[in-house]
Amino acid sequence: MESAVSGYMRPETLDDALALLAQSGGRVAAGCTDLFPATAARALQGPVVDISRVAGLRGIARGDDGVRIGAATTWSDIVKADLPPACDMLKQAAREVGAAQIQNAGTLGGNICNASPAADGVPCLLALEAEVELASATGLRRMPLESFITGPRRTALKQGEVVTAIHLPHPALAGGSRFLKLGARRYLVISIAMVAVRLEVTDSTVSRVAMAVGSCSAVALRLPAVEAALIGRKANHTLPDCVDADAVADALSPLDDIRADAAYRTGAATELLRRAVADIASEGRAG
Amino acid sequence: MNRPMDTCTLTVNGQRQVLPADPARRLSEVLRDGLGLRGTKVGCDAGDCGACTVLLDGAPVCACVTPLGQAEGRSVETIEGQKYTPLQQAFLRHGAAQCGICTPGMVMTAEAYLRGARAPTRAGAEEALGGVLCRCTGYTKIIDAVMDAAPGAVAEMPEPGRAVGAAVARLDGAAKVGGTEAYGADVVPQDALLVRAVRAPYAPASFAFGDIDGWAADKGVRVFTARDIAGTNRFGVIPAFRDQPALAEDRVRLAGEAVALVAGKPAIIETLDLSGFPINWREDAADRPVHDAHPDNLLIAGKVRRGMAREAMADAVVMVNGAMRTGYVEHAYIEPEAGVAWMDGETLVIRACTQAPIMDRDDTAAVLGLPPEAVRIIPAATGGGFGSKLDVSLQPLIGLVALKTGQPARMVYSRAESMASTTKRHPSDMRGTLAADAEGRIVAMQFDGDFNTGAYASWGPTVAGRVPVHASGPYFIPNYHAEARANYSYQPISGAFRGFGVPQAAILQETMFDDLANQLGMDRLAFRRLNALRDGQATVCGQTLYGVGIGACLEALETPWQDALRRADVANARGGHIRHGVGIASCWYGCGNTAIANPSTIRIGLTGDGRLCLHQGAVDIGQGSNTVIPQIAADALGLPLAQFEIIGADTALTPDCGKTSGSRQTYVTGSAALRAGRALRVLILKQTNMGPEAVLRLDRAVLRVSDGEREQRIDLTDLSEQAHGYVLWAEESYDPPTQPLDEDGQGVPYAVYGYGAQLVELSVDMRLGTVKVHRITAAHDLGRVINPQLAEGQVEGGIAQGLGLALMEEFIPGRTENLHDYLIPTTGDMPKIETIFLEVPDPEGPMGAKGLGEHVLIPTAPAILNAIRDGTGALVTELPALPHRVLAAIREAGHG
Repeated sequence: MESAVSGYMRPETLDDALALLAQSGGRVAAGCTDLFPATAARALQGPVVDISRVAGLRGIARGDDGVRIGAATTWSDIVKADLPPACDMLKQAAREVGAAQIQNAGTLGGNICNASPAADGVPCLLALEAEVELASATGLRRMPLESFITGPRRTALKQGEVVTAIHLPHPALAGGSRFLKLGARRYLVISIAMVAVRLEVTDSTVSRVAMAVGSCSAVALRLPAVEAALIGRKANHTLPDCVDADAVADALSPLDDIRADAAYRTGAATELLRRAVADIASEGRAG
Repeated sequence: MNRPMDTCTLTVNGQRQVLPADPARRLSEVLRDGLGLRGTKVGCDAGDCGACTVLLDGAPVCACVTPLGQAEGRSVETIEGQKYTPLQQAFLRHGAAQCGICTPGMVMTAEAYLRGARAPTRAGAEEALGGVLCRCTGYTKIIDAVMDAAPGAVAEMPEPGRAVGAAVARLDGAAKVGGTEAYGADVVPQDALLVRAVRAPYAPASFAFGDIDGWAADKGVRVFTARDIAGTNRFGVIPAFRDQPALAEDRVRLAGEAVALVAGKPAIIETLDLSGFPINWREDAADRPVHDAHPDNLLIAGKVRRGMAREAMADAVVMVNGAMRTGYVEHAYIEPEAGVAWMDGETLVIRACTQAPIMDRDDTAAVLGLPPEAVRIIPAATGGGFGSKLDVSLQPLIGLVALKTGQPARMVYSRAESMASTTKRHPSDMRGTLAADAEGRIVAMQFDGDFNTGAYASWGPTVAGRVPVHASGPYFIPNYHAEARANYSYQPISGAFRGFGVPQAAILQETMFDDLANQLGMDRLAFRRLNALRDGQATVCGQTLYGVGIGACLEALETPWQDALRRADVANARGGHIRHGVGIASCWYGCGNTAIANPSTIRIGLTGDGRLCLHQGAVDIGQGSNTVIPQIAADALGLPLAQFEIIGADTALTPDCGKTSGSRQTYVTGSAALRAGRALRVLILKQTNMGPEAVLRLDRAVLRVSDGEREQRIDLTDLSEQAHGYVLWAEESYDPPTQPLDEDGQGVPYAVYGYGAQLVELSVDMRLGTVKVHRITAAHDLGRVINPQLAEGQVEGGIAQGLGLALMEEFIPGRTENLHDYLIPTTGDMPKIETIFLEVPDPEGPMGAKGLGEHVLIPTAPAILNAIRDGTGALVTELPALPHRVLAAIREAGHG
């Protein structure tokens, strides 16, 4: 009786979830760590399709073509997973999402669907060239994460569609990586700025770079012009200087808000990128 | 698949539960209301505070953001399943719970950490507990407890005559660590109506109601407005300044002001969409005075003038100017306001969180048109207050509903409602000048401050009064002129917050002191020691002081100061973009009301069957009066602390102990307890004709009095009842001896002051402007330490709030009404704290004791700013010192 009122549904298969979603026109729920804070109500309102029990949506699988992370995989799952060093940054980010309570409930799929400019997972996923797998009654589709997040709190998700997985393609799983988050307190903090950097080094020389910055633009961004300046450079203590402040500033469009002003954010992003590069280069994890 | 989930089956604390409940409902609600497991606390409903942490299949989650449906078929563990575990024992032993509202969440989170950690570490524990906010303890004792989670009893109860000075574990601690303590939201009478307030969306604004009766009938609820208020619809903590309506009449002065109440069955009320409430809003002109009686929006100004500051400045050798701005600071106690009211015959009973039961009674009675004796206030356990719960919030509102309907009525503020509608620390805009002679002796100081008091008076007059009295700091300043104004605005109400404006003033004063020392080329500590007030010197109010402890505090920091400077030098010699700095700041603070009466009364009685009862009316909001007052009473009487039965604050049961504010309870109520204990002792000695050194012993109903040679016994069962059910009893009052201030602020504002100084070691990232506080050494003069463990807890908690004020806390109306945009320190933000207690006895305080509660917060923020400047050369002049402000200051100083 109650469920008819609340319309809270917990399907166990993807087909059921899609069917219920189509019938109810409801929202998808997983960790609920964003849905509940958005309401003052005692219960989630309206039709809700909870996918946390759908078979196959939670867990991490490594295959020849890369890593598949189910959309309902929690941050705690990611911290515990056996992943290559290129995913260190994702694990580091996982430990910075809220605190343990949130990491145990919040999911990777929820993080990208909520599409906050300050979503901790997004810069890492961008630097891992993540693709989003979406399912609907008509089948599966895949798109790059850059295309999926279309604006602050906006995505390309269509009515009746569910994000089922995030794919990290094999070529992006090379090299070492680092995530850095800057906030006004240590834990449970929304970032002022954050960066994710992945570096591949061949014969002491940078061969591939992926850099992304969050909280400094409407959506987190890759910084191709900044990345390009590092290619071919020696991976030594001078490498961080190759992160060009002007190029970073050109790429970003930060806002003044309660946490920091725009000019500060741009400078901080540059500094964090340099530190992330330095960390990876010095730890020799990039090879 | 789509089967109706009309029941939900889960295991709670090992027991299978089949619940007929909505699976979309917050698990916290189901546990609390569905299963009556109210040990799980709700602080934010957004996963921001961790108070509601439960274990789901062993992993900590916030029950407030977990739908019941996700717990189906799984194991849920709550605090009720923790049966005085080694971890809980350690919490009690270490004094890890103060108000106790975060304790269940802390215990559950720590329990999960300890189960999973092979070798627990402090760093590991800090990260594991990073998601549970505590506003009282500063986390140190919590982490201590987690690292010492082993079975073990608390320290043994002290011998007779040895209670004062003993580290007695908090007497009300077992309920806090066990999760059985009942806060404002935890008592829910069966048929209680739920009440919600309709609040102003913006201000200033006028409003007119539409068809309320039609709307109420349609929704099946009842609505109450200002028209239902029979008394004087004006309340306020200071009778002469009562200006706040319980429910606004036709205009509102702040966003979030209540205009109407909706009451009814909980199931209806909680789902009601109040956006459809029939009311029309009209924006008012912002230039209209907030109160017509104050056309220039000046509520009140305070002034202290001594000597001739301007003239003395002209002759000074060195002079500095300073300016400082601070913003609104939110108390951020983890318990939003909550309570329940009911009728007991003709008496209106209100059980709610509070710091001031008698003031609640009188304010509520006046609003509702009742005689004070027709209102009984039973303070609920209060989940943090820090000044804001001195003012009434929901008391007149639920009182009105209970009175009008005859039914119990309860209200629980949401986090947003609490933050929007209750008081804040005053934003300040301050300027000052400080001058010294060639030897470094201060010759004059000027101070001028504007304090934004918001829409209603609240404690604005107290801030305007206290600031000029204290803005000198604990220093001898012969020529002094200080003024402070409390100004109305259409913004949140500024009231009392740990220090009543003194922390803001100290930020300017203590940073100017560093400036002046630097200009003189003097060591900053030596400069302070040279100018520290000494016994027999007069304050800026012309009050000659004795028992002055600031010199002792500064002296105690001399070695730590030299060590800290050396450590910073060594670290800075390494170069790089991290700069280390050392800062120091002092505090003083007058205990109790400023030059007006604030008596406390304590009653102690023995019943015919040998119960020893202490009527202890000082509300314990976590600071420890439920333990400290009995310790004083026990030694004054000469019976063991363990034999006391404590009758807690209740306006029907305890004499007035005033409010828990102004660092007055240990001093003022402690003095009353000392007198009551002694009076009862004298009575007993007289009846037995024994000398003052006689030893008392209470064996069931027999009181034995011996002096070593002879023993007299009083069989209590033989005595007839005198009063209040006691055969032997005493009741004594104490009121601090103060003298009114004249128009220049000269007089005796307080009878007792407390003193302290803190030394901060930190580092600043010169490229990011981030600040990491590494260590704080805090020296505080308590006169006499009644309970060292509780006192340390006050220091650590005060430092946490001072650190928040300095580095991260800024309440922005309409923008930060939650605990993820409004930041308070987490486990990971706290430095190592070393506490040094000095005991310079106060001639007036009980057994020499002075107050402490507010002192501890005052030096922290200025010491941090001084340390930032020491490390970077840059003074931040607008708080909080967020990274972008620190970096801007560094760049402006030319050091970036």
